[in-house]
Amino acid sequence: MFQAKVGMARAVASLSRASGRGGGTTLPGRLLLALEPDAIGRLATGLRRGSAVISATNGKTTTAKMAASILSPPLHLTRNAAGANLASGIASALVRDHDADLGVFEVDEAALEGVAGGLRPGVVVLGNLFRDQLDRYGELELIAARWRTTCDRLPGSTALLSNADDPLVASIGRELPAHTWFGLDDPSVALPEMQHASDSKWCVRCGARYAYRSVYLGHLGDWACPSCGDARPALDVAARDIEPEGLDAIRFRLCTPVGEAPVRLPLPGLYNVYNALAAATLALQVGAGLDQVRDGLERFSAAFGRFERVALGDVEAVLLLVKNPAGANEVIRTLAADGRPKALLVALNDRIADGRDVSWIWDVDFELLAAQAGTVVCTGTRAAEMAMRLKYADVPEARIDVQPDMAAAVERASAAATGEAYLLATYTAMLELRGLLEQRGLVQPYWQEAA
Amino acid sequence: MTGLRVAHLYPEHLNIYADRGNIAVLEHRCRWRDIPFQVVGVGIGEVLPEADLYYIGGGQDRDQALVAGDIARHAAPLAAQVASGSAVLAVCGGYQLLGHYYRGHQGDEMRGIGLVDLVTEAGTSRMIGNIVLDCSLDGGAPRRLVGFENHAGRTILGEGVKPLGRVVSGNGNNGRDGGEGVHAGSVIGTYVHGPLLPKNPWLADWLIARAGGAAEPLPPLDDRLENEAQRVAARIAAR
Repeated sequence: MFQAKVGMARAVASLSRASGRGGGTTLPGRLLLALEPDAIGRLATGLRRGSAVISATNGKTTTAKMAASILSPPLHLTRNAAGANLASGIASALVRDHDADLGVFEVDEAALEGVAGGLRPGVVVLGNLFRDQLDRYGELELIAARWRTTCDRLPGSTALLSNADDPLVASIGRELPAHTWFGLDDPSVALPEMQHASDSKWCVRCGARYAYRSVYLGHLGDWACPSCGDARPALDVAARDIEPEGLDAIRFRLCTPVGEAPVRLPLPGLYNVYNALAAATLALQVGAGLDQVRDGLERFSAAFGRFERVALGDVEAVLLLVKNPAGANEVIRTLAADGRPKALLVALNDRIADGRDVSWIWDVDFELLAAQAGTVVCTGTRAAEMAMRLKYADVPEARIDVQPDMAAAVERASAAATGEAYLLATYTAMLELRGLLEQRGLVQPYWQEAA
Repeated sequence: MTGLRVAHLYPEHLNIYADRGNIAVLEHRCRWRDIPFQVVGVGIGEVLPEADLYYIGGGQDRDQALVAGDIARHAAPLAAQVASGSAVLAVCGGYQLLGHYYRGHQGDEMRGIGLVDLVTEAGTSRMIGNIVLDCSLDGGAPRRLVGFENHAGRTILGEGVKPLGRVVSGNGNNGRDGGEGVHAGSVIGTYVHGPLLPKNPWLADWLIARAGGAAEPLPPLDDRLENEAQRVAARIAAR
């Protein structure tokens, strides 16, 4: 009976792919879960080495793709498509392929509780918690509370791999013995001070303000509470000697319990070092060797809209997904670092998957780019609002071009650029941009990328 | 107008809905008119300074409870400042704190400062979405106000207390009486964020003029982008 239901879901998947409507990344799973609520658990028993799940506000997709780059080959993996990270997306991935060595799934932070219950993963990676789409997720504390419940229910055999630099994440499952901690350890790349939009500034245990020896990104860093003495857990896996190479790459020394390796990660930004650490810790946990980890990270190619580079006529377009203040601020800080003028396109949509509430753009430090902004084309359902935000960030109005139609906006941005154009877009806006580039044959449909 | 001094209350605890956008708008709209502007943050345990405009934003539940324990000290000084002409703008959690109390699901009560006659009680669901109001603050033709609301609290105004505006689309104070926010002299409270002021420059200017004691209307600014953003937001809210 169960096999018949899976067969039906599989038929829906082929139909969905044949009709070119998103490749069946969620619909088959949704259907199967309606027929069989424990479908994820039942299908997952086919995975020979079980599964690993990755949850975080920012970096899930990149981390999962990095883990895959390290592990596959030699392992045969089942993975969910970028962004299809609710139970339906994971069930769809299992419908497509449950005869694999290992499942590697990115899981929406609000969906982790339900997914972990069904999937019973052997490895859980907790990356970071930032404020994100309050209209959809609610407050940060609520997500943390749900993660705590999730971890309390995990069997003792589950390996928990967590970002030690995020005090809120570090407060989850702290007492579990099988807990591996990763983080950055290089004060030379720390920020001079905490950013204004930082979350989790106050001690989870006692409410006092955390003191940081180093702040690396948002509220991530080497933290301690001067009042109750709580502090960052000792790092098992760390990145040291971090050296950015412009917008092309970042180098660091990967230090692990099984040795050290120099890594050149072909992506910029400290946030990508965090993603690499999470992926490396996951890979080591499931049995990869250190050389394999280094090689997998060094041949990594960017995930959907994460510093993805696309030739657009004479211009190279760099696609940058921005979804929340913390992620967007890291993108902007990375772009601003070289001080060079840049042609920009910013696409702001307010659909459900983007968050209907666009107030978050005021917590993004567009001010950092104001002096370097060449032409900035604003597009999307809230194009004028984006333009207005830039006006108040002191970008001269003469350089702001409001163009709600996305195809026209891409034309304007590529005409205005010499060399590179940076395209920042919210989730559904990025899908639209990718759709335009697909029509020109410049990129592959996103659902063909994950598997 | 000699200048605008803004006191931003609890910027570290109450900043959840991009409250700094409201401050950025006040600052820029003063600067563009050569009106001297200054803003000071006032944290927990700090002294309330003299200011033309007091701004209180919104926070997560835990932060709002921490602030509620501190803000009681400011009840009398703030009322005295308002009586002598200062203005107050309070958004979301800050708006609730202007009233007598916020009563949670379990009957737990958070005291407000009672600057305005209103009370808030937690509802069973959150009211989330785009919102549009018609406001007529000084009895003139109604002005449109747009933004986003996201609150579990149902706020009830006291007898004779006027809302900031009438709800055109959205929920407002409690989803029942058609009112949103509060307007009492130079005190404004509202659930509308987005943030509030960027897409409603007329309200930003009303506050600047009122708080700064402007003798004549402020010189107009080029608000084409602001008004276009407002028009788009109103259109989306009407869907």
